Amino acid sequence: MLPPLAVVLFATAISLIFFWVPEDADDPAQRIFYFHVPIALTAYSCFGWGAWKALRLLWKRDERADLESYVAIHQGTIFGALTLVTGSLWAKATWGQWWLWSSRQLVLFLVLFLFYCAYFMLRFSVEPGPRRANLSAVYALFGVVLTPVSFLAIRLAEDFIHPTVFTRDGPQMTASMFTTFCVSLVAMLTLFATFYSIELAGKRIDMRIRELREALS
Amino acid sequence: MTFFGDVATLARKDLLLELRARDTLPAMLLFVVAALVVFHFALPGEAGELAGLGLLWVAILFTALLGLSRAWVAEREQGVLDALVLSPADRSAIWVGKTLSSLAFLVLAEAIALPAFWIFFTNLDAPTVAGVLLADIGLCSVGAFVAAMSTATRARELLLPVLFLPLAIPLVVGGVGASVVDDPGRYLAFLGLYDALFATICWASFEYVVTE
Amino acid sequence: MIHARALAKRYGDKRVFAGVDLDVSAGDFALVTGANGSGKTTLLRLLAGLAAPSGGTLRVETERERLGYLAHEPLVYRELTARENLWLFARLYRVPVPGERIGMLLERFGLWDARDERVASYSRGMQQRLALCRALLHEPALLLMDEPYNALDSAGMELLDAELAGSSATFVVATHAPERLAARATAQLALP
Repeated sequence: MLPPLAVVLFATAISLIFFWVPEDADDPAQRIFYFHVPIALTAYSCFGWGAWKALRLLWKRDERADLESYVAIHQGTIFGALTLVTGSLWAKATWGQWWLWSSRQLVLFLVLFLFYCAYFMLRFSVEPGPRRANLSAVYALFGVVLTPVSFLAIRLAEDFIHPTVFTRDGPQMTASMFTTFCVSLVAMLTLFATFYSIELAGKRIDMRIRELREALS
Repeated sequence: MTFFGDVATLARKDLLLELRARDTLPAMLLFVVAALVVFHFALPGEAGELAGLGLLWVAILFTALLGLSRAWVAEREQGVLDALVLSPADRSAIWVGKTLSSLAFLVLAEAIALPAFWIFFTNLDAPTVAGVLLADIGLCSVGAFVAAMSTATRARELLLPVLFLPLAIPLVVGGVGASVVDDPGRYLAFLGLYDALFATICWASFEYVVTE
Repeated sequence: MIHARALAKRYGDKRVFAGVDLDVSAGDFALVTGANGSGKTTLLRLLAGLAAPSGGTLRVETERERLGYLAHEPLVYRELTARENLWLFARLYRVPVPGERIGMLLERFGLWDARDERVASYSRGMQQRLALCRALLHEPALLLMDEPYNALDSAGMELLDAELAGSSATFVVATHAPERLAARATAQLALP
């Protein structure tokens, strides 16, 4: 049920972005915004969901939550990488540079991307088992604390790194812009939900096969 | 109250071990002074005072990493961590004890590094030193925690910088801000906030790092 | 004190053991036997609480204060002396009158003369004796011992025999040579 819904929503979003919403005269690359911000928000949701599952693992000793947390963070990292790519494209199209240290969102995502890449290094350096689940879960929860703290740090850093800040969210969003944005956001979230359930199902089957093989040997 | 008693016992043990071995602290001292010399050569002439202050923080960060990479070696190599975890002591006390001893080493290293910086580069004012001390607390608490995680892995010390640096970025911002800006209060407050938030989550979750 | 049903432990894809049932009551002396690699050490780690079971149920009714654990490694700091090590654990285990108890144990296990030398300078047999001191320091009600006779010379083995004979604690001992302890054992668990 989820995949067709995702496809429909995504197709709707694409059509709205490219064919319906009026172009912004000052900012021709603005269409990327309709991808970039929803993808970013989806990435945050992924990490949040992963942290929630991590909490359930530690608090309620719910063992299934380990895989769920991992898959969510995996998806989040992919969406995070896409955030950085779309953000970079937007920066190049709008201001002529591939990277903007003055963009708080981009810098925050860079820090978080590094953090969550380390999550995988951590996870793949430990044998599967309760120890790995615990370490991954604790790390995922650290991510929740790091996100607002880093955001605050980046804001504070602007004072001594870049005295002149590019203004980002300029004019108010019109109704059509807002609608398109919302559709795109829902589409991205549904995409996440789809990939999440597919990857989770796949990993669960993997685990089950390994268990059966074990039991038979 | 036994919590603090255990913390004191454990921290004292680390200081005693370092007194015997005398390897970590001298290495940190030499490293930080050598790093400052490297920075002199790495900075172009007109770079100025501000660049120097920024690099002080880089030196502190990597000196801390050096010390932290050794923090849990004895416990891990000799398996003693199991014995500590089995004792009635609160597991978080193990982390607090390690944080305090790491902090002691870092502050001792800075007792040499900061005067050296003052001689080689520029003056250090009170907010900078306050920033250093506040950031040290964050560096050591998060660092000791993350070092414990990395010793539980196959990659061990390789993983420590990878896990530690993203978490240390806000501390660098706070510290450099306190050194450089006219009104350092906000940055010092931010460092305090970081310390409080991360110490809390470290304290609450260390149990899960050392048990299954 | 210990109740285990269908206990299983897996590390990733590797199954260490499965289907283990164990009941230990106060005063019992349980032997865990099996060849090398059969999972004796892993079972003891589970009982101590250092590892979590992969399956089955496990209930150990002894709190950490009353649990003693002797592992393969001596679990002491090599750069500290015997006395410093025991003082550390005495404080962590809140042993009353630690000085006396430490002195007594060091004497009993023949380590009194070496008490202020670094453990790194000890022979493996002396380290094992120190490990025994550490495990017995807080007068545990439940003692989990993994190959306790390893590395001990005959004098050391006799000291350990005397200690076991005089103790009213509950024991779970893993060994691949059960003959020495067969007489004392009230139960035996063989891991395949």
